[in-house]
Amino acid sequence: MWFEDAALLSRILTAMTLSFHILYATIGVGIPLMILIAHWVGIKKNDEHYILLARRWARGFVITVAVGVVTGTAIGLQLSLLWPNFMQLAGNVIALPLFMEVFAFFFEAIFLGIYLYTWDRFEDQRKHLLLLIPVALGAAASSVFITIVNAFMNAPQGFDILNGELVNVSPLLAMFSPAVPTKVAHVMATAFMTSAFVLASIAALRIVQGSKHIYHKKALLLTMKLGFVFSIATALIGDFSGKYLAEYQPEKLAAAEWHFETEGEADLILFGVLDGDEPKYAIRIPFALSILAHGTPGAEVTGLNEFPEDEIPPLWIHYLFDLMVTIGMWLAFFSAVYVLGAWRKWPIIQKKWFRWLTVAAGPLALIAIEAGWWFTEVGRQPWILRGYMKTSEAATTSGQVDLMIILFAGLYFILGVGTIVVLSRMYKRNPVEKELAQREKADKGGGTE
Amino acid sequence: MTLEIIGISVLWLFLFLYVIVASIDFGAGFFNAYSAFTNKQHILTGIIQRYLSPVWEVTNVFFVFFFVGIIGFFPQTAFYYGTTLLVPASIALVLLAVRGSYYAFATYGAKINHRGYIYMYGLSGLLLPASLSPVLAMSEGGFIKMDGAQPYLDYWALFTSPLMWSIVVLSIAAVLYISAVFLTWYANKAGDVKATELMRKYALIWAGPAIITATGIIYELRSHTPEHFARIMDLWWVFAISFLLFVGTVYLIWKKKNYGWAFILLVGQFFTAFFAYGASHYPYLLYPYLTIYDSFTNESMAIALIIAFIAGLGLLLPSLYLLFRLFLFDKDYVKGKSDYHA
Repeated sequence: MWFEDAALLSRILTAMTLSFHILYATIGVGIPLMILIAHWVGIKKNDEHYILLARRWARGFVITVAVGVVTGTAIGLQLSLLWPNFMQLAGNVIALPLFMEVFAFFFEAIFLGIYLYTWDRFEDQRKHLLLLIPVALGAAASSVFITIVNAFMNAPQGFDILNGELVNVSPLLAMFSPAVPTKVAHVMATAFMTSAFVLASIAALRIVQGSKHIYHKKALLLTMKLGFVFSIATALIGDFSGKYLAEYQPEKLAAAEWHFETEGEADLILFGVLDGDEPKYAIRIPFALSILAHGTPGAEVTGLNEFPEDEIPPLWIHYLFDLMVTIGMWLAFFSAVYVLGAWRKWPIIQKKWFRWLTVAAGPLALIAIEAGWWFTEVGRQPWILRGYMKTSEAATTSGQVDLMIILFAGLYFILGVGTIVVLSRMYKRNPVEKELAQREKADKGGGTE
Repeated sequence: MTLEIIGISVLWLFLFLYVIVASIDFGAGFFNAYSAFTNKQHILTGIIQRYLSPVWEVTNVFFVFFFVGIIGFFPQTAFYYGTTLLVPASIALVLLAVRGSYYAFATYGAKINHRGYIYMYGLSGLLLPASLSPVLAMSEGGFIKMDGAQPYLDYWALFTSPLMWSIVVLSIAAVLYISAVFLTWYANKAGDVKATELMRKYALIWAGPAIITATGIIYELRSHTPEHFARIMDLWWVFAISFLLFVGTVYLIWKKKNYGWAFILLVGQFFTAFFAYGASHYPYLLYPYLTIYDSFTNESMAIALIIAFIAGLGLLLPSLYLLFRLFLFDKDYVKGKSDYHA
């Protein structure tokens, strides 16, 4: 063992697993909806291109689902392996949504298998489309349930502690903690937004690479429209999340905003670096923090100085918060320009540099997802269960966590590289032009395959 | 019936279902690799992929269901097993991850047919049951020890224990046996004579080791945990039924008839043995530290979980039925007449 701090090592391993998993999980939640929409538009417009879009997305989706499933299994077990004391407590209070998440996942797995293997099997395309609804619902539901578990860790309720023992446990009350509405809504909206931008990136990349096919243009416009809608939703819900934090977890908001003194008419601090207790080189937006926190410019915002020193989160979460918000704002603005430009036929959106910006949208959204989760998770330190259990009390006592970090780092490296290699091979070997030509030929020959 | 018994029965049932579906999956990978090794791959690959592709993800869920469920119903298990299992469970997780993602990469994505990968996939299918089965040995007691209030795993005692190694051998033999019987039936349904013949041979080969190691373990428990052995003896008649079902399966496979019934008898054999073993383990989850009573969750959570479980089953059973009807029991699909792959 490098050093004796099993809690720190457990944190590193958990952070590594989750950071890797959420990339796939986010896509896993969002893409079924995108496939559903494309498939539906295809049927409605009777346009072969959209159907093919759904089909090709679905094919790539399987690869990301596979990695999502196995890394999800990993984090599921790691919770008990690395945080046995926490899971012992959580098992008593919050097992219900964990259990329900597995059901949702089960449901999704069954119908995804069916959807993937019944293309052209039904005469009526709409029947096949129906199979996708449980997939999208299952994916969304499992994200709802697992986010509920996370919300509980941020705002525990539904139990009492009497002489160190848990009493009066109410599973439903624990499930519907005050953090649930904003958290669940934010997770869903960002998952849809990110998936839309990731798919937009792929279409834009094909155009940049020189493909002139109308298929990519249709794909790009559809996904950018969806990305725009969901990024607006994300921004709105983000504002509610700020109000939630001010009310229930003021230390997180204060640390994110480097807000030390409790005061009214609080400034919002954008960017900057911290020099002791003084933010430097920052842009201050007057009243904005008060508005974010309570909706009025004069409202008083609780500062960090109100909290005991060993109960405040690290101050570097400010950078994560800024990164997340900045990317979110940029993507909302950028997709608005794109959609407007496509509608008004602005030549700018055809420019190569603009296309490259579009290519960047997907990776940017993924970075924002990472930053957002890091912010929310590091922002509740030192607690694993805010107000009840500190992270250091929850960790395993096992001495082998360091070796496991190396083991899993190797695994995630292989899975990450594998995903990229397999996906790019899959689409390069079978470009859309080739597939369309094949399908036309098959249609003329009278066959369906 | 108490809530504790309902809880553990539900979990035991899901573990059993995982054992069956995962055995088919792990064994299929091994037979595929072995047939590649002996240049007979063309005989088996098609059959195996047609079965596995739509269901591999579902297989995984049974496992997740079990470990999420056990933490829910018996939170104390997180403390004992969670602390001690870090290394073996992490190894199993890595194997599971490599296997699951490789399968998707290879079948849906890149269509990798490199032999090295096929061998590794096959081998991992045997390593997985081997890495998961020590947990059963640990639950017998004697391997998890206490350092003050903190449990730790005595690796030396575990790795020098004949009981642990017998369980490992049993798990591998059982995986190959279950898988071979299932694939014999499935290949026969597909009308694939060559594949049926090959799988039938494997089924007969692995029947012996499976039953011999199972009997051996009961014998070893006599000295390891006499208390457990005594309860097994109380249930001797259930094990006897299990043995008769085993004889029935082998007979049908030998006589080349009713492969469907042969598989059903096999499931019956494992079902009876698995539940008799579980019942004889009662009331311990981890001998001698944890019983199902002292580790059980509070009553309101137990009731909530059972309600969620019933509601979940209401959703799952029809869906599973649909899945089976469309793939496992669909003649055209099984025979590979039509390919509706995305």
